[in-house]
Amino acid sequence: MTTSILKPTRRSFLAASAAIGGAALIGGRPAAAAVDWKRFSGTTLNVNLVKSPRSDTLTKYLPEFESLTGIKVNAEATPEQQQRQKTVIELSTGKPSFDVVHLSYHVQKRQFEKGGWLADISGFLKDPNLTDPSLTEGDFAEAGLLFAKDAKGTLRSLPFSVDYWIVYWNKELFEKKGLSYPTSLDELVAAAEKITDPSANTYGFVARGLKNANTPVWTSFMLGYGASTIGPDGKINTLSKEAIEAAKLYQRLLTKSAPPGVSGFNWAEAQSAFLQGKIGMWFDGVGFAPPIEDPQKSRVVGKTGYSVMPKGPGGQAAGTFGDGLGVVEASTKKEAAYLFCQWAISHDMGARLLQAGAGVPFRQSILTDAKVREGVKMPGAWLDAVAGSGKVSKLALPVIIPVTEFRDIYGVALTNMIGGADAETELKNATAQFEPVLARSEG
Amino acid sequence: MASVSIDNPMTEAQDKGSKPSVLAPNYWPFVMPALLVVSAVIVFPWLFTLWMSVNSWTLGQPRTFIGLANYVRLMQDMRFWESLWHTTTYTALSVVLPLFFGTLAALVFDAKFPLRGFLRGIFVMPMMATPVAIALVWTMMFHPQLGVLNYLLSFVGIGAQEWIYNRVTVIPSLVVVETWQWTPLVMLIVLGGLAAIPREPYESAEIDGANAWQKFRYLTVPMIAPFLMIAVIIRSIDAIKSFDIIYAMTQGGPGTASETINIYLYNTAFAYYDIGYGSAMAVVFFMIIIALSFVLLLVRARANWSDMESR
Repeated sequence: MTTSILKPTRRSFLAASAAIGGAALIGGRPAAAAVDWKRFSGTTLNVNLVKSPRSDTLTKYLPEFESLTGIKVNAEATPEQQQRQKTVIELSTGKPSFDVVHLSYHVQKRQFEKGGWLADISGFLKDPNLTDPSLTEGDFAEAGLLFAKDAKGTLRSLPFSVDYWIVYWNKELFEKKGLSYPTSLDELVAAAEKITDPSANTYGFVARGLKNANTPVWTSFMLGYGASTIGPDGKINTLSKEAIEAAKLYQRLLTKSAPPGVSGFNWAEAQSAFLQGKIGMWFDGVGFAPPIEDPQKSRVVGKTGYSVMPKGPGGQAAGTFGDGLGVVEASTKKEAAYLFCQWAISHDMGARLLQAGAGVPFRQSILTDAKVREGVKMPGAWLDAVAGSGKVSKLALPVIIPVTEFRDIYGVALTNMIGGADAETELKNATAQFEPVLARSEG
Repeated sequence: MASVSIDNPMTEAQDKGSKPSVLAPNYWPFVMPALLVVSAVIVFPWLFTLWMSVNSWTLGQPRTFIGLANYVRLMQDMRFWESLWHTTTYTALSVVLPLFFGTLAALVFDAKFPLRGFLRGIFVMPMMATPVAIALVWTMMFHPQLGVLNYLLSFVGIGAQEWIYNRVTVIPSLVVVETWQWTPLVMLIVLGGLAAIPREPYESAEIDGANAWQKFRYLTVPMIAPFLMIAVIIRSIDAIKSFDIIYAMTQGGPGTASETINIYLYNTAFAYYDIGYGSAMAVVFFMIIIALSFVLLLVRARANWSDMESR
């Protein structure tokens, strides 16, 4: 597979640690310490994961970690929404049932930090007995470090998988209308409207319309207008010209070019609509790509283009989301838990994640490894879209505690806009509703 | 309920002229186990909810006492009032429609015809299925592009509907599912009622020359009224606390168009982690349910009474 001197496999880890262990026995002091993976052999770890292709990859290869370390892992994977609720409730009791937690940065980062629920692992990262030399802070994409470090710059988790939002487009429908992939948001709107033909049940654009799920669509558009929802001064920015323009864009696309009923669509409905081959463009996360190239599930195999979001009036930006693995502050097995996190984001595991199209590792050394790239099952264009988005990556959701309320309140406004309500009025109402919530959360 | 069982023997004892102060301690050992269980699983959670409702407490943050501020906020919360309205319409429709169709079905299945038992068995099947599984199947059927319902409508020349994906049609669509699932329950209850009806009044009515409608209106309906009342009470309780079907199908959407109090309460407490505010909502919702229960019990008592009188 993907072996290099800097990124040893389990076998070479074992060999190295055995050699160093041997050297220690004869009294020689190793020049550079190596990770003693067996140090916590016999420990049992409880790991709480979000059920997704990413955690599926982890659980699939779990026996490898267990034989590498001798640590027994009880991994529990629950669907995203339920997992988020369960972990928060358990963590707030002070006695969670798990040592490692899988968290969605874009929703939970601030909440976890304020709760003080994650252990400081910056010391572990610097400890050569615990951390493989190939794992350094500098290897993570910038967004990953932004996510993983708290306001004081302390590392609280290891960035696991990044999700950029890209445009999936149906090349066949584009060709039929003599169109090429848009280079700007204006062109995107024009293309979407040209492709739309309700009599043929063909629509130019689809994205999430369902309350809460739809908010990142709008905030990602906003990034293209050069603004984010909360300004650098911490003030809410959702009544700015850019926010209103982005909302109008959302409204126009989802009313004029989207299939009927889109206001109830989450990513799954949008995806299944796109897979039917009747949708020009679909805007959502890179991680939803695998079914597209599966002939069992898709009518657009080999006909799909994958591209970075076109540039808006304020520049080009790819909305970025991500998840990480953290060691729980209340855990009594922090080092062992850290070893698990480290294994989960290791070169080999990251390569597997990427190659299966299940997720995109935050570690740049994996993305740039030619051998890893060779093994990627998704088309080259997908990988290019991932790499291209990485260059214009911007956090799409505000780093605040009440992210869910933010998404719900503005999500309702956006759903109302699909129903024909005025964009500016809706944003005004939503902001009036959200401001006190934000004030309460930080107050 | 507990107080009733404690009070009754006492009043009886008083009626007989015994001293309650002597008798009461003798009763305590028998009352204690039930009292402990009730205190632990009903009274304590209740008091705790009440206590939390006067606090500002978001998970992961410190708790502070704020008095009635949560209630004041609730009264000014448009989303709460909207959810109250959604609960009302959803409950009303989910009681009336199954009641109508259930009674109709009971009348049909009360008649004798071949394969009756088998068909009754088929008819009650929706009731046995898991609500979430049903919800997922119906969600697929409601899909505007891929769903079978719009496909069927296209045969009769009706254009595509948006069903649960439209603010206006979402509650009626959800009620369709609820009605489909719970009509059999009403049917079973009413069927039991019909089976218990004596034949004699019908015979004398026939002698008096009553037609089918008159027999139904003046004999069947009054005699099954107590059963209908039971169906109304069971359906009302079920519909007002309905959560699974709505949550699995729309999560309260589009927007908040199908957000009932239960869903809003759940979101507040477990998605926004605003336990204090969620508790205040729970308290208010509980009071509404208590009030409704009193009304229903009152009506039921009246139905029983008029039933007795008619006999």
